[in-house]
This record gives sequence, C-alpha cells and structure tokens, in this order.
Amino acid sequence: MSATVLTVCSGKGGVGKTTTTANLAVALASMGKKVVCIDGDIGLRNLDVVLGLENRIVYDLVDVIEGRCRLRQAMIRDKRLPEMYLIPAAQTRDKSAVSPSDMVRLCDDLRQDCDWIIIDSPAGIERGFRNAIAPADSVLVVTNPEVSAVRDADRIIGIVEAEEKGPARLVINRLNPGMIKRGDMLTAEDVLELLAIELIGIIPEDENVVISTNRGQPIAMDGKTQAGTAFHNIARRLEGQKVPFMDLEVRDGFFQRISRIFRPGGDA
Amino acid sequence: MPDWLDRLFGKEPASANKAKERLKLVLINDRTDLSPQELEIMKNELIEVIARHVDIDPNAVNISMTQDGREQRLVADIPIRPPKRRGGSKK
Repeated sequence: MSATVLTVCSGKGGVGKTTTTANLAVALASMGKKVVCIDGDIGLRNLDVVLGLENRIVYDLVDVIEGRCRLRQAMIRDKRLPEMYLIPAAQTRDKSAVSPSDMVRLCDDLRQDCDWIIIDSPAGIERGFRNAIAPADSVLVVTNPEVSAVRDADRIIGIVEAEEKGPARLVINRLNPGMIKRGDMLTAEDVLELLAIELIGIIPEDENVVISTNRGQPIAMDGKTQAGTAFHNIARRLEGQKVPFMDLEVRDGFFQRISRIFRPGGDA
Repeated sequence: MPDWLDRLFGKEPASANKAKERLKLVLINDRTDLSPQELEIMKNELIEVIARHVDIDPNAVNISMTQDGREQRLVADIPIRPPKRRGGSKK
C-alpha cells in the first residue's frame, strides 16, 4: 500500500472544509479503503466533533510530533467503519508546534499502511495551511458560490500552483438550486469559469448536513440524502471512477413546462 | 435591458450576474497585483511611447486584461491613423 495524501483547503473559513474532509473519509472508508484523516487546525480542532469522535481523544498530532506517544497511539479508530482513523489536532497548543517538514515526515510514516491520508487544512494562508499542503499529493479546494469564498479560493489555487502541488480540484459546496433558478446565486459554471480549474464535485445545500453534524454522524454514513450521495460521488471520482455529475436543477412547474414547449428553440 | 424587465422575462438574473462581474475584476487585480489605477497609468505611458513613433488616436486605444485559463493576458488594441499625404494638399 502507498497512500495518496489529499489536502482539503479553502482560504476562507466556514465553507465546509471539515465537513468535506469527514465525509470523504467516511465515503472512501465505506468503499473498503483504509483512511487516516488528520486535523491540521492546531488550536481550533473540529474534525473530531464532526466525526463524533471527540470523547475518544487521548493523544494528538503535537504529541506524536514531539515524541510523547507513538503514531499508532494517536490514531483513533472509528468503529462504525472497517478502517478509518483520526489523528486529532492539539487544542491547547499554538500552530508553531508543527512545521511543514514534520507533516511530511508524519505522512511518510503513515503512507505504507493506508490508502488515503486526508488532511483538513485550517482557514487562511498562514503556517497551518502551509503545513497542510506540504505533504500533499493532491489538493481539493472547497468553495461556496459566493463572492468572498470564490475570491479566497482563487488565492489558494494560486498558492497551491506556486508550491507545485497543483492543479487543485474544486468542490463547490452549499449550492442552492432554488436561488440559482431565481438568478441570485452563482452557478457552478460561473464559478468554474472564474476559477478555471477542474471540478470534482458539487454538494447541494442540505439541512441534513447540520442535523448529521449535530449527531456526530457524517452525512455520508446515511446513503439516502442528496448531499451524502454527492460526497460518495466525489470519493468515487478520487478513486478514478467516471461518475456523472448529479442533476441539481429545480424541476419546473406545470406552466413553465408548457411555456417551454411553445418557446421557439426551447429544449425539449 | 433594465433589471426589472430582465426579471420579468426570467433571464439575465440580477444579483448573481453582479457577483460574477465584480468577481471578474477582483480576480484580475488579485492575480496580477495591478489596480485599475495602475492599469490606467500604464495605458497612458504606453500611448506616449507609441505616439512617438506612429500616429495614433489616444482616445481609440483599448487596453484590457483577459483571462485564458488561469493565465492573465494584457491585450492592447491600438488603431493607427492612416498616414497623412506628404507635401501638403493640392488645389
């Protein structure tokens, strides 16, 4: 085995990096892959609560790096899945406790016995983000169809390219088809045209994401929601499968369908 | 077409288009580290240099930034005036 190190970043905070990391880890693990996810946000850890593993933390990333425990001891196994592990961030330490070369060394130690290492990057373009991309083989940039998130994504994509970790691939999170239909939200095509990178998935806005996070049970564990399916689709694309993008359009009402029939050149 | 008319006909939606237009400009500035003011200064300097060699109409010069993938390209469209006949006009 030789793992692929996948770093999930965004620039802007609150766009869904941690949710994406957690759900891709779950989706890949449910495909039978051995997955280790690492919370790269030292001082502001969150991946543990999103995964529902917060009560099982004994050691963290900084303990491993400073030699207070062995790597295996800091890996919390998620019992709901065959082979998924979390290395939590330290909550009390500052981010200078970890360097980019520490992250490279840690991932090299892990690479031999898992399929995927997924790193949840902190927001921003500072040390924590540099740490998170240092060992990356592949980078996902998460954005929302919204001006500040797209702008920050563009900055991040530029830095990832400059660090020769690119080309990054894009996850558009929290897309609201109803708002797009009204003309009040950027479409996926708009975002792709602006950022000019490859799309790997679109996650529709879904209340179930909040509900599942409340429960500490990532939405990808429940196969029935649209958002959960969207994460599974990204996982399959990461594994090299060709998966068509979901149809997220809001269905037209009766009168709109009728008017479309009579519109010249309208699509049937 | 005014926004309200666009909305009435269900096309060219307002705020998303506005967002896209604003983002286009912001991303150009972010990527090139060149503000619209600096672009204007550069344009004037370019006109000055070129006008020294050929006859151009400064008002017809159009310098813009275009996007080609993730690359930014500075495109200058500088129409040259037809050469005037030498030796003055004949009667």
